[in-house]
Amino acid sequence: MQRLQFIAQRVVKGIVVLLGIIILNFLLIRMAPGDPASVMAGEAGAADEVFMSQLRKEFGLDRPLHEQLAVYVKNVVTLDLGYSYRQQRPVADLLLERVPATLLLTGTAFLLSLVVGVLLGILAASRVGQWSDSLVTVIALFFYATPIFWVGLMGILLFSVTLGWLPSFGMYTVGGKLTGAAFALDVLHHLILPAITLALFHMAVYARMTRASMLEMRDQDFVRTAHAKGLREGRIVRIHVLRNAILPVITMAGVKAGYLIGGSIVVETVFAWPGIGRLAFETVMQRDYNLLLGVFILTSFMVIAVNLITDIIYSFVDPRIELGQ
Amino acid sequence: MPTKRFLTPLALSAMLLLLPGAPADAQQPQRGGTLSSIISPEPPTLMIGISQTTPTAIVAGKIYESLLRYSTDLKPMPGLAKSWEISADGRTYTFRLHENVKWHDGQPFTAEDVVFTATKYLIEVHPRSRPIMQRAESVTAPDRNTVVFQLKEPFAPFIMAWEPSTAPIVPKHIYDGTNYRNNPANQTPIGTGPFKLQEWVRGSHIHLVRNDEYWQPGKPYLDAIYYRVLPDAGARVVAMETGQTHLSAFADIETFEVPRLKALPHLELTTKGYEYLAQMVWLDFNLRNPPMNDRRFRQAVYYAMDRDFIRDRIWFGLGKIATGPIHSSIPHYDANVPKYPLDLKKSEQLLDEMGLKRGADGVRVRVTLDALPYGDIYKRLAEYTKQALARVGIEVTIRTSDVAGWGDRVRNWDYEMTHQVLSQLGHPALGVSRLYITSNIRKGVLFSNVNGYTNPRIDELFGKAAVAVEPAEIQAMYSEIQRILVEDVPVAWLLELEFPTFINKQFRNVITSGIGVRDNFADVHMVRQ
Repeated sequence: MQRLQFIAQRVVKGIVVLLGIIILNFLLIRMAPGDPASVMAGEAGAADEVFMSQLRKEFGLDRPLHEQLAVYVKNVVTLDLGYSYRQQRPVADLLLERVPATLLLTGTAFLLSLVVGVLLGILAASRVGQWSDSLVTVIALFFYATPIFWVGLMGILLFSVTLGWLPSFGMYTVGGKLTGAAFALDVLHHLILPAITLALFHMAVYARMTRASMLEMRDQDFVRTAHAKGLREGRIVRIHVLRNAILPVITMAGVKAGYLIGGSIVVETVFAWPGIGRLAFETVMQRDYNLLLGVFILTSFMVIAVNLITDIIYSFVDPRIELGQ
Repeated sequence: MPTKRFLTPLALSAMLLLLPGAPADAQQPQRGGTLSSIISPEPPTLMIGISQTTPTAIVAGKIYESLLRYSTDLKPMPGLAKSWEISADGRTYTFRLHENVKWHDGQPFTAEDVVFTATKYLIEVHPRSRPIMQRAESVTAPDRNTVVFQLKEPFAPFIMAWEPSTAPIVPKHIYDGTNYRNNPANQTPIGTGPFKLQEWVRGSHIHLVRNDEYWQPGKPYLDAIYYRVLPDAGARVVAMETGQTHLSAFADIETFEVPRLKALPHLELTTKGYEYLAQMVWLDFNLRNPPMNDRRFRQAVYYAMDRDFIRDRIWFGLGKIATGPIHSSIPHYDANVPKYPLDLKKSEQLLDEMGLKRGADGVRVRVTLDALPYGDIYKRLAEYTKQALARVGIEVTIRTSDVAGWGDRVRNWDYEMTHQVLSQLGHPALGVSRLYITSNIRKGVLFSNVNGYTNPRIDELFGKAAVAVEPAEIQAMYSEIQRILVEDVPVAWLLELEFPTFINKQFRNVITSGIGVRDNFADVHMVRQ
């Protein structure tokens, strides 16, 4: 019951925050110089007054700002994200097209980095000071410090150009006419390089965090007690150390999970992956206001939802944490 | 094939083996094959009438056609019009259209479509075409396959205004009486071209398929064209290198990668196909502000710029040094103009004359330069400009911004110097005069006369040359324009751009005209190896 009440309260707060985000973002992007009409003129290498005023009228930019904002908020409340005049399509359609590709890439990378990162962290912590610990630390540091686009490009050079094992771009073989399992395999084939590239960076964070946190727990009194009771090392690590050490990792993973739907601009660009990160980036450049706000709303919604879920997960992992008011 | 091709021993032996049956292969292009081309950035729409961006023109140029096409020396060639006549007084243009042309939805294409396009559609939506079509007093269709344009006064460049991006012919039965920009049919373009839109997966690819009802029998040869959206320059190089894509154009491949790709045996490099666009890069001065309002300053800047360096080190040898306002590939170019070779002494002398003495820090004057937001190459050009002008004591501060920010500054005259790059569109009256005539100083409009140059003689000459009929007289006027402008340096013309087009050698007849990759690709065919 208490849990339900907590959730209801958080949902209400979330809606207020979302509304604030919409209004703030709406005003912020209008402060950037230029508007969609001037971008379209700039790209076309042609313009005149008629052209610009036609576009502004069509985009609704000729009306006062507060009126535009009111119309927009009213539409969003009725779940209408508006129309991208540049792309001549409803914003919701454009976003929905990109969501599966984004979640496939970021979700895979997220799970991969979390699982491998935590495992490497445990390995390093349990062999602290040995060569395997140093190796994990060096690898983690390397991928944490290296720009992600460079890792991606080197991956392409090695696995696509030199070895020819993996495709260098795209999400599936265009024109391949594959279906069912063959299509899934094809997507998987295309997914390997970008997912690993994206995972390597985050993996480093989880590995280092898990290692540090475990080392801290190892010296706690209750762990010494467990040793004194004569418990097996494996059980101590699993039940006593890891379960306590994992909380900061969950916090971090929760924060990162909120950004899953935002995609990754860099990886999506390097691998020509049709995700939301790239869309958002291009949209900023094009001042496609409605589409950009759509991306913001979708990503903020995700962040708020995932934060809530993270809080609930805490209460399961650590019974000491209660879902308070 | 007019293009020179380096034959590797392997290719040579393959040819010898094929010889007995080869002539058929060489003469008779075969049906079949799929071309995979790079497209970057992704076009905003494929309705070519409402978007004049290059990516739209490239993809939609296969779907929509215009009355004419243009050869690499910019002679008109038949498009939807099979022949045309211009009356002796230069006021009546008669186009005879191909018969049995069908729109992609099966409706017949007739002269009425052309009349609708010219008198209603283009005048409403197309900023470049509008002033051209408004020169017509009447547009009539005496029969199903004839269109007659009666101009208010002669306008020789009228014959150059009929390529697909400047005057795409659109179907009257779909657009007449609708809101052209909002028409849902813009999502499913219906043209007369050799390819039809099959599918567009945003962010990934555009799939065009053969139009089996195309009006040129037997064409197109290809079954399909895929345009792959590849936003990363590194990925684009890899795609061409590994054969995942077969065609790149414009700035797809960065100039510093060109020497390496050129050496690959499966790729052919051509710089043809950009003659109609005729793009030129220049350094623009806002003439309203000192010291840019002084001709000596502009000349000093011009003398301080090493344009060989710009071509050889920034564009890696691609392009031609510009000599004046008119690109050498379009009509009425005249090379006989004052020259501004690299001459630092002369440059400093002019600055001294102006009274701009070097201060204690060696700086004579400080100016800001807005870098063009069209990619890294223009950043390098801005950096070079800063270096080059520092040598004569002009300190340049580079300001960077994105397309929207840059456009807002420049169109509202809020800049000191900037680079610009623009197409000349096949004729000085279509793409050049707009930058220098007084009547086109229009605040808030990009690609107008933004720097505020005004010269009554230039206004008069451009005005008269556009409506003159006698070729020698026209040339004399354009030659005078070029001499005056080059003397005045309203802007410093740097480079006529040449873009590298890389073609996988499995494909032939890819570039067959002066509109290049924006052409309809009806003649492109694949050679099986």
